[in-house]
Amino acid sequence: MRGGGGGEGEREATRIPSDLRKIRRPAIGLNLRGPAASHGARHRMTASGRASIPGKLIVVEGIDGSGKSTQIRLLERWLRYNGLDVFLTEWNSSDLVKEITSRGKKKANLTPTTFSLLHATDFADRYERNILPLLRAGYYVLADRYIYTAYARDVTRGCSPSWVRKIYRFALRPDLSFYFRTPIDIAIERMLVGRPRLKYYEAGMDLNLSRDPYESYRIFQSRIIEQYESMASREGFAVIDAARGIKEQQQAMREAVRALLPPRISRRAVMDLPHDGHDGAAAAAPAAAQKGGRGYV
Amino acid sequence: MSSGGAQGDPQGRRIRWYGGGGAHDGIPYLHDVEVKGRLIVVEGPDASGRSTQVSMITSKLEADGYAVLNAGIKRSDLIGRGILEAKRNVSLGKRTLAMYYAADFADQLEHKIIPALRAGFVVLADRYIYTLMARNAVRGISRKWSHDLYSFAAVPDLVFYIDVDPQRLVHRVFEKHMQLDYYESGADLGLSDDMFKSFIMYQGRLAREFEAMQETYGLVPVDGNGDVGRTHRLLQRRIDSYLRRYG
Repeated sequence: MRGGGGGEGEREATRIPSDLRKIRRPAIGLNLRGPAASHGARHRMTASGRASIPGKLIVVEGIDGSGKSTQIRLLERWLRYNGLDVFLTEWNSSDLVKEITSRGKKKANLTPTTFSLLHATDFADRYERNILPLLRAGYYVLADRYIYTAYARDVTRGCSPSWVRKIYRFALRPDLSFYFRTPIDIAIERMLVGRPRLKYYEAGMDLNLSRDPYESYRIFQSRIIEQYESMASREGFAVIDAARGIKEQQQAMREAVRALLPPRISRRAVMDLPHDGHDGAAAAAPAAAQKGGRGYV
Repeated sequence: MSSGGAQGDPQGRRIRWYGGGGAHDGIPYLHDVEVKGRLIVVEGPDASGRSTQVSMITSKLEADGYAVLNAGIKRSDLIGRGILEAKRNVSLGKRTLAMYYAADFADQLEHKIIPALRAGFVVLADRYIYTLMARNAVRGISRKWSHDLYSFAAVPDLVFYIDVDPQRLVHRVFEKHMQLDYYESGADLGLSDDMFKSFIMYQGRLAREFEAMQETYGLVPVDGNGDVGRTHRLLQRRIDSYLRRYG
C-alpha cells in the first residue's frame, strides 16, 4: 500500500497508525465503565465521519482573561473526583515545539503563516501523542483551547480562513465546545492585574494595529472575539457568560457535561457545593449547545 | 501572470499561489506584492547529485550576470536546527513532522525567497514543497491534505526532477557516505529490517510519488543516470533558454 488515500483526505481517517494499534487493545478493558456508545456519537466526526472512539473530548475557547482556564481546571477536578480518567492538554504546550516557538518569538520575526504552522505543529504533536490515543483509550480529554483558537487567531493575523480550516481537518470535532463570551473590558482588566507589560505577540503588535501595546491588545482581542462570534453557531459552541461568578459558570458547565458522563455519575447532583443559585440551576445545556451556540448555557 | 519583457528589466508580477488566485487564497497579506525575479527548483533524491547541480547552475548564472539566491528545505535560520534535533527524536508523529517542515518552509518562503524575488534575484531552490509532499504521501498522509497545506506556496517558474534509478542511487549513497541514512532509507516506516531493502523500497515509493507529481505540478524530469556534466548540460540548457525568453 503506498501513498495514502490518493487524493481523498477522507479515507485516511480510517487508517490506524501502527503505534496506536498497540494502545488500542488494553483500552477495551479500560473503557468498561465508559459512557454509552450512543452518547455524543453525532458530534464524533471529523470532516471524514468517524465512529468508535470511546473517549470524550471537551474543549474551552475564548479570549485571554475570559476565565476558561480556571473553569476547565475545576471541571477536571470534578471529573477526577468522580473517578474518571482525565487528561488535560493546553494550547502551545508541547515541549518540543515550545523551544522553537519561543526562540522565534524572541526575535519577533515570525510571519503569520509561520506562526500559524508552529502552533499547528504543537497541536499535531499533542494530538498524535496524547489526544487521539487517550480518546481511543476512553479518556475524558479536556483541551484548554483547541482548533477554534487557530481559526480565530490565525485569521485575525491575516491567514486564509479556508487554509487554516483545511490544515486542521485531521482533528476530531469535540463532543462539547464551551465558548466563554467575555466583555472586552472585563477580560482586559483580568489580564492586566499584576502584569507590568504585555508580550509582543500577545498584544498583537505584529499586526501594527497601534504603537501602544494596550491599545493594540484591545483591538486585537476585539477582532478575535468577532471571529469567535462568527463561528459560534456553525461550530455549535455552548456559550458561557464569562461575566458571571466562577461558581455559576462551573455549574453551567457541569450541567452540560453531564450528558457525556456514565449513568452512575450523570444521575448525581452536579455541584457538591451547597447551592446558592437564585437562577434555578442552568437550563438544559446540551440542547442549547447542539442548537448552536446562540443561547447561554 | 504577465510574462514580463522579452529583454531587459522584467516587469513586476503578482505572485502565483498554489491555492489559487482568490482573495483568500495563498498568503492573503502578500497579494499586493510584486516580484521581478524567477524561482527555479531542482528536486531529486539524496545522492542524485542535486546539490552539485545547484551549485554548478549557480556558478553559471552568476557568470552570466544574474543575482542568484540559494534556498533549500532545511536551511531556515529560525527553525532549521530544530528540525535536525527533532529527527533524532524518533517518536515524532508523521503529522507533527509534516507541520514542522511546513513551518520551516514558510519561514524561508517569506523571509528569503519572496524578498529575493521582489529584488529581482533568480532564486535557485535545492528542493521545494514536492519533496515534503512526497515524504508525507509515502507515510500515509493524504495527498489532498498536503496539497492544501502547501497552498500558501508560490508556484515556481521552473521545476526539475533529477531522476535516478534506485539501484544506481544506492551505489552513489555508499560512495558518498559509506552507509545508508536512517531517514533517507525510510527506516521510520518499518518497511523492512534490512536497511538495504528498506532503502530501495522507500526510494522507489518516493520516485513513484514524483512521477505522479510530474503531471499535477509540472515537474520536468531530467535523466540523472549519466555523469555530472551531462546532467548539468541538460538542466542548464533548459534554464538558459527560459531566462533568455522571460528574463
